[in-house]
Amino acid sequence: MLNYTIRRLFFTIPTLLFISFVIFLILDMAPNDPTGNLPMTIPPEVRENIRKSLGLDAPMYVRYLLWCNQFFINEPLNLLYEWFDWCIGDCENRTRVRSWSTRSPVVDLIVERMPQTLWVVGMSYVVGILIALPIGVISAYKQYSWFDQIGTFISMIGFSVPTFFTGVLLIVIFSVWIDQDSWFWLPSIYDTTLVVDSWGNFWLQVRQMIMPVMVLALYNAAQLSRFMRASMLDNLSQDYVRTARAKGLKEKTVLLVHVLRNSMIPVVTVIALSVPQVFGGAIITEQIFRVNGLGQLLIIGIQGADIPLVQTLTFIFAVLIVLFNLVADILYGLLDPRIRYD
Amino acid sequence: MLDARATILDVANLKTVFNTRDGMVHAVNHVSFSLAPGELLGIVGESGSGKSVTMMSLLKLLPMPPAEITDGDITFDGRDVRAMSDDELRRVRGGEIGFIFQDPMTSLNPVFTVGFQIMEPLRIHLGLNKKAARIRAAELLELVGIPDATARLKDFPHQFSGGMRQRVMIAIALACDPKVLIADEPTTALDVTIQAQIIELIKELRQKLGMAIIWITHDLGVIAEIADRVAVMYAGQIVEHAEVSELFKNPQHPYTRALLETLPDMSGTRSKRLRSIDGQPPALGKAPSHCEFAPRCTHAFDRCLKENPKRRDVSDNHDVACWWDAKTGGAADA
Repeated sequence: MLNYTIRRLFFTIPTLLFISFVIFLILDMAPNDPTGNLPMTIPPEVRENIRKSLGLDAPMYVRYLLWCNQFFINEPLNLLYEWFDWCIGDCENRTRVRSWSTRSPVVDLIVERMPQTLWVVGMSYVVGILIALPIGVISAYKQYSWFDQIGTFISMIGFSVPTFFTGVLLIVIFSVWIDQDSWFWLPSIYDTTLVVDSWGNFWLQVRQMIMPVMVLALYNAAQLSRFMRASMLDNLSQDYVRTARAKGLKEKTVLLVHVLRNSMIPVVTVIALSVPQVFGGAIITEQIFRVNGLGQLLIIGIQGADIPLVQTLTFIFAVLIVLFNLVADILYGLLDPRIRYD
Repeated sequence: MLDARATILDVANLKTVFNTRDGMVHAVNHVSFSLAPGELLGIVGESGSGKSVTMMSLLKLLPMPPAEITDGDITFDGRDVRAMSDDELRRVRGGEIGFIFQDPMTSLNPVFTVGFQIMEPLRIHLGLNKKAARIRAAELLELVGIPDATARLKDFPHQFSGGMRQRVMIAIALACDPKVLIADEPTTALDVTIQAQIIELIKELRQKLGMAIIWITHDLGVIAEIADRVAVMYAGQIVEHAEVSELFKNPQHPYTRALLETLPDMSGTRSKRLRSIDGQPPALGKAPSHCEFAPRCTHAFDRCLKENPKRRDVSDNHDVACWWDAKTGGAADA
């Protein structure tokens, strides 16, 4: 397994280089202009100079190699310097990947935005899983019962109604209709500047997280509970379940040890494969609740034609996807003894 | 019917139905049989004749609903099984009655080691701790003829061949020294040489351990080899029941006779065409109101289509449910 992992990691290098190049190509071919948002009164020569200062006059491959140098060499070296004080080369004046619109290093922007995204989207994912798994198990065990029917109905709604609808609906109900003094009132705007240093602040933080987390959790849980249910049903009719019962095992043991263990194999894979979405996928929900996370950062970058920001962020999403594909494969091998990679 | 001897398991008038969306399916229709300690009862019948459902009904191993036991008494070791609580039932399952199923490729849980699966019944029924259970599990694997038993406890089912897996299933079934072993077509999914090995193994284990066995099969050849008594099932009913030699010598029911005729003849040099029974087994949507075999029967007469025959004694240890008398070739007296 270790051999396999190392080999796979090794193979991700050319894959990721290729992906980064394709992203760069696409962005370069896209009809965008970083000076497009500047006032119309700026004369064309000045615009041309601004472009030059951004390095846009160089040929495409030069710009790509420069980005590679900045991202793959300078940024890791800078991290080493900032975290461990290891200085290799010129540590103070290294050229880093800089955002065109804010002039600050892209990696710093990402680090700044990461906590909000991880808290809101990550939490919604955890909540979604915690809701979905028991619902899936019970729905399958009591197939066609009331519980199953209602669960099916709700997950159909959760899956088919987009988050920009459920999000706005929740805002209308909990922020508009409900009186602001009420206990049930929830803020519609996520306040990133809130510092949690007391129980009162913690309570505020929880309250402002409830709506975005619930919107995303409903969507995630809807998908996952269907998947869990299908996987359980597949296994419940297997012969080994009958064997387990014939051995005199308790129904709980049969279900939660024998059947669940088998049913989790595909579900865990799906969960692992969708972890990258936690980092990049909640763009719409982040916009609705004004959570300034990574999704929002990407949107701003796209709107401002901030190529280095979009390039870097998209590439990091790509890395996560490639990485969690590997994680899913490894988990699959760990959970299913029939799979051997070596 | 014979009942002079002591019985370990007695089933009387068992009726099991399935409540499906398309109506009731009468899978087992008033089946009665008994089993003496140490005896091997063979149950023969074609697919869908209710053999497996009968056995699964005994310990409520069928999914309920849709299955439902609507009538009958099941007495195991002097206790009423139908009145048992879930806990009591679980103690009997795997503890006092062991099961072996048809397909060893799917009967074991693929994600747990063989050792874990053998140790499970040992731990819950005999209360052994992990270490003791492991030792006993290795003994069991050795008993069923798996070499290098202790090392193989750590292996997963996919690392065993079909025959070996069936041996593992036998080890699980015999783990707690059951009084009765129910083998539901244990050799059907295996190739012929492995089949012979498994039959030999069970014969041998029976001599060693002395448990009673119910052996379900559709293979009359296997029955002839191992059974003491045979019950022939058709459409969820026992149509004939006799000591094994008596049944092969003196079959009474036209269905039994037809079954015996379908066996290939190994003695002659010239190969004859294999015989088959014309027609299809009945759908079980209605409770039997007449002899279910009558539409396929060469000896059927008007009574067969009006009344369902009860089992009548032909001789000691031999009974048949048929209106036709094989001896006279006419209607039976009853």
